[in-house]
Amino acid sequence: MHLIACPWCGPRDEVEYAYGGEGHIARPARPEALSDGAYADYLFMRRNPKGVHAERWVHAAGCRRWFNVLRDTVSHRILAVYKMGEPRPEAGP
Amino acid sequence: MTDQRFRNAAGGRIDRSRPLTFQFNGRRYDGFGGDTLASALLANGVRLVGRSFKYHRPRGIVAAGSEESNALVQLGTGARTEPNVRATQAEMHDELSAASVNCWPSVEVDVGAINSALAAFLPAGFYYKTFMWPPRAWRFYEWFIRRAAGLGRAPTEPDPDRYEKTYAHCDVAVVGAGPAGLAAALAAGRVGARVILADESSEFGGSLLGEAATIAAAPALDWVAGAMAELAALPEVRLLPRTTVFGYYDHNHLGLIERVTDHLGPRTDTTLPRQRLWKVLARQVVLATGAIERPLVFDDNDRPGVMLASAARTYANRWAVRAGDRAIVVTNNDSAYPAALDLSEAGVNVQAVIDARETPPDAWREPLRVRGIDLAAGRTVAAALGRKRVEGAEVYELAADGSRLIGAARCYDCDLIAVSGGWSPTLHLFSQSGGRPRFDAGIAAFVPGESRQAERSVGAARGTFSLAGCLAEGFAGGAAAALACGFGDGVAPPVPATGDTPAGPLRPLWRVPTAGHGGKAFVDAQNDVTADDVELAAREGYRSVEHLKRYTTTGMGTDQGKTSNVNALAILADLTNATIAEVGTTTFRPPYTPVTYGALAGRSVGDRFDPVRMTGLHQWHEAAGALFEDVGQWKRPWYYPRRGETLHQAVARECGAVRASLGIVDASTLGKIDIQGPDALKLLNLVYTNAWDNLEVGRCRYGLMLKEDGMVFDDGVTARLGPNHYHMTTTTGGAARVMGWLEEWVQCEWLDMRVHFTSTTTHWTVVAIAGPNARRLLAELCPDIDLESAAFPFMAWRDGTVAGIPARVFRVSFSGEQSYEINVPSSCGVALWQVLMTAGAKYDITPYGTETMHVLRAEKGFVIVGQETDGTTTPQDLGMDWIVSKKKTDFIGKRGLTRADCGRADRKQLVGLLPENSKDTLQEGAQIVAEIRPKPPMPMEGHVTSSYWSAALGRPFALALLMGGRARHGQTVAVSSYGTTSWAKVVPPIFWDKEGERLRG
Ligand SMILES: [Zn+2]
Repeated sequence: MHLIACPWCGPRDEVEYAYGGEGHIARPARPEALSDGAYADYLFMRRNPKGVHAERWVHAAGCRRWFNVLRDTVSHRILAVYKMGEPRPEAGP
Repeated sequence: MTDQRFRNAAGGRIDRSRPLTFQFNGRRYDGFGGDTLASALLANGVRLVGRSFKYHRPRGIVAAGSEESNALVQLGTGARTEPNVRATQAEMHDELSAASVNCWPSVEVDVGAINSALAAFLPAGFYYKTFMWPPRAWRFYEWFIRRAAGLGRAPTEPDPDRYEKTYAHCDVAVVGAGPAGLAAALAAGRVGARVILADESSEFGGSLLGEAATIAAAPALDWVAGAMAELAALPEVRLLPRTTVFGYYDHNHLGLIERVTDHLGPRTDTTLPRQRLWKVLARQVVLATGAIERPLVFDDNDRPGVMLASAARTYANRWAVRAGDRAIVVTNNDSAYPAALDLSEAGVNVQAVIDARETPPDAWREPLRVRGIDLAAGRTVAAALGRKRVEGAEVYELAADGSRLIGAARCYDCDLIAVSGGWSPTLHLFSQSGGRPRFDAGIAAFVPGESRQAERSVGAARGTFSLAGCLAEGFAGGAAAALACGFGDGVAPPVPATGDTPAGPLRPLWRVPTAGHGGKAFVDAQNDVTADDVELAAREGYRSVEHLKRYTTTGMGTDQGKTSNVNALAILADLTNATIAEVGTTTFRPPYTPVTYGALAGRSVGDRFDPVRMTGLHQWHEAAGALFEDVGQWKRPWYYPRRGETLHQAVARECGAVRASLGIVDASTLGKIDIQGPDALKLLNLVYTNAWDNLEVGRCRYGLMLKEDGMVFDDGVTARLGPNHYHMTTTTGGAARVMGWLEEWVQCEWLDMRVHFTSTTTHWTVVAIAGPNARRLLAELCPDIDLESAAFPFMAWRDGTVAGIPARVFRVSFSGEQSYEINVPSSCGVALWQVLMTAGAKYDITPYGTETMHVLRAEKGFVIVGQETDGTTTPQDLGMDWIVSKKKTDFIGKRGLTRADCGRADRKQLVGLLPENSKDTLQEGAQIVAEIRPKPPMPMEGHVTSSYWSAALGRPFALALLMGGRARHGQTVAVSSYGTTSWAKVVPPIFWDKEGERLRG
């Protein structure tokens, strides 16, 4: 029942969305140049903060667009919604 | 039939024109429309209604609302039976039938009451301590507990009723329709806010229904009626009676359960559902949830006939029922005085008000004197007398510090002890919203602290108990909530005059000193937790309130501590020399009262549990007698048995037909994705392991997709339709996953890539014909495609017409035979299939299902992703190095494959197995073990992934993943399954047409 504001469709019910884990994980430009450890970091290591978390969501049962969300993992409040490729904004109120 | 001896001839809010009959524990009684089961039982003088959870003590009705802790009943019979319904919330309907829970064999003669005699062995922490030793005794305890304890019995038959779900948004949700809630709804509704007002009772009015209060110099219920009429006329206001707000979740999301037709009893008319689950998102929430009266903790305070004073008053006023003949009223606060007067007015012989306070307020002395009710100050009840019902009470003088009783008991002869230990605001929803309650010493109760969500509490829910105060806070809260949503100016409507008598302070009284006859003083009646249990827990070091809760179970179960919470905390505080504020309160969990599984499931049951997907040819398959297999959400024909055929016989026949002449299979469920854009080729090179640059228009290629860790993810054939246009196929089960995968990469990682995806899975009906006669049949029906191998080779596709239908024909094969997959628009699928069946009759064209398809592909050694792979399988493990490009600088999973672990020689690798015993088809999933031992564990070296009997080979065969398998061809291995051992020879994973002449020819 949470309303999440898709950057393209506006506020829609959370059941229309799917969660995609931590945001801003960039694929290494030259994966072959990475050590096993560094590559494992890219593949598996994710932050699990208590507080503001940048993550990506997809409007799976809507426009099917991916976008970024800043969410407070304690209150579950959504502090910001922004498009892919845009920089992470300062944490909202 | 009974005479409702305790029902007054007039008064109450019952419908005397609607007499009803009901059954309780097999006996018939009379009641009226508007009764609850509890009020009707009391009207008939039924006091013993159940047995307690642990000790099986006789129990009666203590409350009039959802805080009832004792009177839990099994309502109805058969498929509609419902356990643990509070008798106070079961609305009466004709032919209602109910029975006590926890009674075996009956409520009057209860074998489980032996627990009561064994009480010394059932102390706090019983569950934790007892079951620790000796292990063998558990069997005995389990039998004993399952038989004797547990609350009610779940129905064993399918639920015949219908349940609905509704989603709603509103500006202001008001929880509770007592004076404060009604006022809040009025204030918000009048200025145009969209309001939802919900109350768990059948009637709005809350506490006013049980009191004889006045508002604006008229009966308060006149004001309620006026408010209801006004609210009903406001178009944006929705009134939900019989609706419990049971949960308060993040983002002001409320869970509501509306009992739509429960009060009508079982019906044949099913226009309306039984219950409706509401999910409401409110911009603002007003909690007007009222307060719950606290019982007093004294010896044997659980005897039937000990009742909350407010409940006894409500029974008198709302249902014209006397809860007893001879009563005493025991209190530590003012609220029991009007209760005593109302009881007296209703005809109960109220002998005395026993007030723990030394100096009760003078205002009540005269009204009591007029009614001939004694007032005993500085005293309290220390023990209830009687077993199955109250027969008297021992009253003592209380020491100034409350620590001991003074002097001798005065015994009252009474059958009703109406008690009030003060009031606790109902904080359940506030607590669920994330708010922390704060202790208010003035009312000796927890009140809402700071709000964590957009909510406010008003009236008794925030510790304001006067009627004037409730109205004022309700109006103000409603106006403020509306303003927060942009409605009105936030100014509260004027408060009408009320007839309140100002209340004095209460005297906190948590544990009445024991009268010393060995009685039990209950803190939590539903969970059978006594003051001694709390004391024992404190002595054993359980000083945190959350630990106390878990150790003693107080405040748990369906009750969630409604009446018990504060008493338990206060007693713990006393024992640990802490203040109640320091001890704090536990967190309340949803639901506030139990919610049926039916309502939570809604319509998502049976056929609607999960969508069922059927191809356009489904009805043809059904008519042909196919049995179906679930593949994801799809129903796929499994095999087509002819009369009397087993699975094995049918599959052998179907396989034989394909290998010898011609088979036909519905392949429509294959995932299909249309890919277009100038960067389509670039994308394919990144998501597949092999190279796509040299694929010409008109040709297709098999591809394997990996995850970034190098493990196989999906596979399929992709065709080049045009320079920038491809048709990708995926596994049936992986279609949505692959679509999502491509979209995620392009949208999140390769943002400048110009490529688009469209799912076309259901756009096409795909019919594959396979077998030595496939080309001959197609040639008859397809005049415009040159089918000769030189013109239309294996792994090519052509546009043309088949049976006059525009078609795209792929020459691909999953069977190892000459094969064509004919794609036509879905609407033409049945027509195509029928023409193929008719024209193919001369080749004995044979429809085959997934089982045959699997046998045929396994004979060829074609893997199925998800069957031969499990998320830890690399292309090399499958023997598919040939599909992993060495030249491409990058593709998804390339780096993952270079991990040293992926190059280990002893990785599990795909092999074929031929069982030594030619009658022995191996179990799929069976373990290949290095050494046979009498019983597990045995060292495991791999497992069987696919296993079939092959008609073509005349013997069973299998595919398996085996450690170092590729170097072990020729070896014999042991395969262990459920205690049996088979021996099988390791062979290369291909059994049919190893050179591929048949499928290319
Ligand atoms: Zn959208």
